[in-house]
Amino acid sequence: MGNQSLHVLRGIDLGVESGELVSIMGASGSGKSTLLNIIGILDHQDEGSYTLDGRQISMISETEAAELRNRHIGFIFQSFNLLGFKNAAENVALPLYYQGVRRRKRNAIAVKYLEMVGLADRADHVPSEMSGGERQRVAIARALIAEPSIILADEPTGALDSQTSSEVMQILKNLNDDGKTILIVTHEADIAAQTKRVIYMRDGKIVEDRADPTHVQP
Amino acid sequence: MFSLDQWQEILQAIQANKVRTFATAFGVFWGILMLILLLGAGQGLQNGVQQNMLLDAINSIWIIPARTSMAYQGMPAGREHAFIEEDIESVGENVPGIDLMSPENQLEGEFDVRYRNRATSFPVFGADSDYFGIKVSQKIINGRSINQLDDEQRRKVCIIGEQAAAIIFEDGVDPVGEYLQIKDVNFRIVGVFSFESSAMDQAQRIYIPFSTFQGIFNTDRDVTLFAVTTAEGRSGKQLESDILKFLKQRQSVHPDDNGAYWVHNQEEQHRNVANLFLAIKIFIWLVGLGTLTAGIVGVSNIMIIIVKERTREIGVRKALGAKPASVVGMILQESVFITTVAGYSGLVLGVLLLEGMNKALGVLGGDLRFFNRPEIDLRVALAALVVLIVAGALAGFVPALKAARVKPAEALRNE
Repeated sequence: MGNQSLHVLRGIDLGVESGELVSIMGASGSGKSTLLNIIGILDHQDEGSYTLDGRQISMISETEAAELRNRHIGFIFQSFNLLGFKNAAENVALPLYYQGVRRRKRNAIAVKYLEMVGLADRADHVPSEMSGGERQRVAIARALIAEPSIILADEPTGALDSQTSSEVMQILKNLNDDGKTILIVTHEADIAAQTKRVIYMRDGKIVEDRADPTHVQP
Repeated sequence: MFSLDQWQEILQAIQANKVRTFATAFGVFWGILMLILLLGAGQGLQNGVQQNMLLDAINSIWIIPARTSMAYQGMPAGREHAFIEEDIESVGENVPGIDLMSPENQLEGEFDVRYRNRATSFPVFGADSDYFGIKVSQKIINGRSINQLDDEQRRKVCIIGEQAAAIIFEDGVDPVGEYLQIKDVNFRIVGVFSFESSAMDQAQRIYIPFSTFQGIFNTDRDVTLFAVTTAEGRSGKQLESDILKFLKQRQSVHPDDNGAYWVHNQEEQHRNVANLFLAIKIFIWLVGLGTLTAGIVGVSNIMIIIVKERTREIGVRKALGAKPASVVGMILQESVFITTVAGYSGLVLGVLLLEGMNKALGVLGGDLRFFNRPEIDLRVALAALVVLIVAGALAGFVPALKAARVKPAEALRNE
């Protein structure tokens, strides 16, 4: 993608229904992150079409894309991507800032979401004062605050130990139980095994799409 | 775009990077400080020079007859040709383009200026009421000037320079209304004037109406010199040559005799001085704006670095729903904020320094030649503020565009 015409993805045909918990697996360079970026409207496809909630996502302006990301998609990143100079509550509240919600109100809402991920007492702490697991939980709260229908997680447990990994996965599974559509990019088989559908990618193509998580190959 | 919330976002970003912000701000602070100090110093120079250069009405022309240098109509070179009253009157009647006009004569010979029993010696001049409109460096500080009625009625009144007043009268005595005796004739003092130049002792002069002067002291009706001012919209150069042409014809002077009159055309001198000041002003503005530009480029550079440093942050913000306009606004606003606050501080400090300099000069009683009252025009200061805000926007422009082009997918790529 980008300026070099390097085709990372070649012919993807994928449909994800509302309420699914999907993992996308593949070696590094298989195009799984690019696919996630296109789904998250952080990147755009050269060819083909992408429909989100019944809406065609192609040739839309950056402003519209920003609006869609803000309201429909929650992002969780491997490296958390919290803003270092903001405390937990302010980080969580950021999507509401871009919706024009007043500071006092959005920070109050943020504290509720921090409660949901078990970090109500850490609201005033900046990221550097928190552990990796706590930071990722803050990031999850941030992904949830705008009440998006889809959560996109790019290696959400890649920087966490196994204990906190399973905590984070538990939160994601609970969210899915509440009806959120969740896509997780991972290269860890045991993470993929906890999802309900696994998509394998290689060289920009989907090579396997299994709805049976018990047979995940490492 | 400029909501209170956005301000809080920006203040938070600035607080998080105090050193960086300070480094950015300093260039602009310094630029504006230099601009203000330079402009103030330039104004001080101008004030000082103007005070010392004895500038009368800016468009005045002074004409004094000298000896002829060429033989003409049977008369030899080296002839004297003093003015008589009729010459002056006829110039006034026949040459167009004159606004104010006055002759000037000085009382010659040995004489005393007496106040009661005390005799002093001061130069005494006769001049028309117009004279005091031509010689604007003389200002009445007490009483009134000589007016047209004084001229017409040949009143025996006089105005005296403040130095003369200080010598003649004891402290606490108001000179206005007192009488001076000049060559045994009593003159009532109607006004005291100051002379707006430290260079000359003209504040010791005594003036009486020209008509009175001629009637009492100078029955020969000759005139030493006269001065005119150029009417609005007329060229001083043209008026000068018109008057000389007329006088040469009237006084039988060779038309090409350039040495027959001593002419002091202040308009030209004033224009030269004005041009000099214009050049100095342009130079000061160029240097000041150059310094400021360096500051702006510095801000722009640092803002570009800031954008680079904050690429990931900007990517995160975009992923969370920041629109391009919001990102551009954030960077621009930060830039404008930093330049405005820094520049305003420079402005205030500059004005304070100039004021301090003013006070110090006053306290020390320093009469520096060619430097007086450094000051800055309020309008210039306000213009500088506008320049600052525009500068901040300019400085932020390129970085803001760079920020808007940040691709969230690339910014967020795991490293």
